Amino acid sequence: MADHDDETPQAGSAVEKSEPLKVSAGTAVIPTDPFENPGEPAHHLRVTDIDPVEEKKAARQVSTLFFASIVFSCLAVAAYIAFPITPGDTGSIRLNNLFLGLGIALGLLAIGIGAVHWSKTIMPAREITEMRHGTRGSDATRAKAAEVFELGNKESGFGRRSLIRNSLFGALFAFILPGVVIFRDLGPKVDPNVVLRHTLWKKGMHLTLDPSGTRIKAADVTLGSAFHVIPESLLESEDLLEEKAKAAVLVMRLNPDDLNEPEGRENWQYNGIVAYSKICTHVGCPVALYEQQTHHLLCPCHQSTFDVTDNCKVIFGPASRPLPQLPITVDAEGYLVAQSDFHEPVGPSFWERDRA
Amino acid sequence: MITTTTTTESQPTSYAEQGNAPVRPAKGMKFMGAAANYVDERTSISGLVKEVGRKIFPDHWSFMLGEVALYSFVVILLSGTFLTFFFQPSMAEVTYNGSYVPLKGIDMSAAMQSALNISFDIRGGLLFRQIHHWAALLFIAAIGLHMLRIYFTGAFRKPREINWFIGFVLFILALAEGFTGYSLPDDLLSGNGLRIIDGMVKGIPVIGVWISYLLFGGEFPGTAVVSRLYSLHIMLLPALLIAMLGAHLLLLIINKHTQFAGPGKTNNNVVGVPVMPVFAAKAGGFFFIVFGVIVLIASLFTINPIWNYGPYDPSPVSAGTQPDWYIGFADGALRLAPPHWEVVWGGYTVSFNILVPIVVLMGLLATVAFYPFIEGWVTGDKREHHILDRPRNAPTRTAIGAALMTLYAALWAAASSDLMATHFKLSLNQVIHVMQFLTVIGPFIAFWITKRVCLALQKKDREIVLHGHESGRIVRLPGGEYIEVHEPLTDYERWNLVSYNEYEPLMVRPNARGVVTPIERIRASVSGFFFEDRISPVTKAEIEAAHHDSHAEIDGGPGGKH
Repeated sequence: MADHDDETPQAGSAVEKSEPLKVSAGTAVIPTDPFENPGEPAHHLRVTDIDPVEEKKAARQVSTLFFASIVFSCLAVAAYIAFPITPGDTGSIRLNNLFLGLGIALGLLAIGIGAVHWSKTIMPAREITEMRHGTRGSDATRAKAAEVFELGNKESGFGRRSLIRNSLFGALFAFILPGVVIFRDLGPKVDPNVVLRHTLWKKGMHLTLDPSGTRIKAADVTLGSAFHVIPESLLESEDLLEEKAKAAVLVMRLNPDDLNEPEGRENWQYNGIVAYSKICTHVGCPVALYEQQTHHLLCPCHQSTFDVTDNCKVIFGPASRPLPQLPITVDAEGYLVAQSDFHEPVGPSFWERDRA
Repeated sequence: MITTTTTTESQPTSYAEQGNAPVRPAKGMKFMGAAANYVDERTSISGLVKEVGRKIFPDHWSFMLGEVALYSFVVILLSGTFLTFFFQPSMAEVTYNGSYVPLKGIDMSAAMQSALNISFDIRGGLLFRQIHHWAALLFIAAIGLHMLRIYFTGAFRKPREINWFIGFVLFILALAEGFTGYSLPDDLLSGNGLRIIDGMVKGIPVIGVWISYLLFGGEFPGTAVVSRLYSLHIMLLPALLIAMLGAHLLLLIINKHTQFAGPGKTNNNVVGVPVMPVFAAKAGGFFFIVFGVIVLIASLFTINPIWNYGPYDPSPVSAGTQPDWYIGFADGALRLAPPHWEVVWGGYTVSFNILVPIVVLMGLLATVAFYPFIEGWVTGDKREHHILDRPRNAPTRTAIGAALMTLYAALWAAASSDLMATHFKLSLNQVIHVMQFLTVIGPFIAFWITKRVCLALQKKDREIVLHGHESGRIVRLPGGEYIEVHEPLTDYERWNLVSYNEYEPLMVRPNARGVVTPIERIRASVSGFFFEDRISPVTKAEIEAAHHDSHAEIDGGPGGKH
């Protein structure tokens, strides 16, 4: 009973409670003639309460479980030693994981089941009733608390001396500002809006295979095939992953008659070979799935679907914009090269994307 | 039992009187007594033991869901600490040369390499990685179920609204812990998850690009994000979690546990087992059971096999990429936006295909976070509620819960749209369209069905109270009429069915200054939405009427108010 029966209430005692007050029941319907609570039903004794033999049996089961736990924990230690990891042998890892884990798990379970069994069979099952008290502090306590605040206010002059108070508020606000500004250098000094608009692609840059970096001969790109492509200079780049996250390209060869290029882009392809950014215009996953029959590109993350024959226009899924096209041609030896960088930012949309 | 249910007749003078047997000094008591004295003289801890040592905890299976969450969190702390001894939160490029042959010679980050080393070179390392991951999944699942239990039984009502909100914050922190931890190994799958976060952040108007830039320390993926997420994952978020958890448990103790309605249980008492020894043994034992089950799963089932995914590379991705299940509802929301929702306004790009899903998610979460305050405002009920509702007895609340669950489930299922399509040989596009339909219309259908089911169950309860149980015994009356004999309920059975709260719709009335404020008008219409259709609990008078007219046709009995 969390009653304070033998405690003399002291000023500032935070645990003092009061009986619930009469408060509004809102729109609740209060029955005029409520049913009587019939009180607790009769308590049923368990078999271990009645039969000392059963009680003894239960006690034995509990201690057996605890002893079993000791054994399992020791077995776990033994398994740690008996199942070492042999480098290169994944089977040894499986055995180590399995037997070490089983030993620990059974050791834990035996403790847990033993303790619960103990509480359910041997410890008293009879439920006890405890009275609740209103959560609200008693009027006396609340009056004391209010007095504390009043005294604090009076002695400090917090309410009266407005200049001190308001300048303190100002100072407390201002002191946060350096804490915000200091995070500026989480990122480099360059404006992200500049770097997001440029990739490694430029005039004459060879298209090479991902990840080997070998150049691609236009003649090797057969009708219906698709290549995962990176710029030739990528593998020497210092920021390899950052550049790859913008420059990754898919090259596909279609029947030139299937392509419906918009005006001004007729020369961006070579003999039906087209190159499109592989970075989804939705949230940037690699658009890695090419359906050869339908000429659709599918993003495996959110299923945006792009029609390669129609300038990679979005035909399904949450993306909005077509995949940017990389203008390509061939060099004197017949290897695929870029005509220029992309003409628009690749990847996910962002606020300033359509600014010049 | 000394105290009765409605009045306190006498105060017990010692705890021994409450239990069955008097406390006898046991063996070893002398040392324990000396130790206790030593500690108490320096800490005054006897007051705390007296306060909480025999605190009563009601018993019901659904009360263990929060315990599962708590215990799996302890397991997470233990296993996570072990992992920090080996994990290197660095994105410095290294060439893997460890025990796992298929990845030998491959460039990866130090983080990925150390995660592989934990799995393949340290005895028990893989086990602890899997314990950590499985425990995290169980943690979030248990929190979710715990929240549903609290919601559907109305345990969030006064005085527990603040504790509900703290619990909600814990849920969000758990999700954040999950996501930051998931991203640490820097494998292909988690890298794609970060890529999606990057894309979402960039879609935020005005500041999106800058936030992404600062988060990743430059362009995605950069070389900073793993170590930054690590700081959050092992320091800031756990510190917040533990602080919030402390507040959550402290309020639980201050408010005392709720209990289901039942004979002997009132709004002014707690009926259950005392902390010492029964609850301590049960709960302590249950901790070991939860721990044991997690370790058992971790030793038998692989989770997050990063060695199959390989290191992160922005170009490849595997088909059927899935986030961990608890992030599914966010990923699914992104999938459901129809094409071409992006617009350019005044030269600036506004990505509604990202913003609308974010707003829907925020709306869902905000409704969950603030529901107790909304319901409290609608009912205007300022009383404390310690007796739990059966979900059927709060039909509108239950129906709203079902609607929100349906929304969550539709978003969550949408995150597996591609797998559903491939596994069940369906068209991917049709699966998405069905999910879009379920997301928009599903919650309304769920609301309507649930509310009708609740009202029907309440009607059934009324019928049982008024006419008793069907006995299956058919008798023929002298007049030739056949009736089924109904057996009357015991007082205990009846109490369970009649003791629940009922609310009426709010009647708009002018306030003290004779004005009907617009807020009050809104409150009245929301109140009407909540309580217009309702079934009142049976009154004594109705039972008496039913007795006098025991031949009354069952369905024609006094029904609910409509």
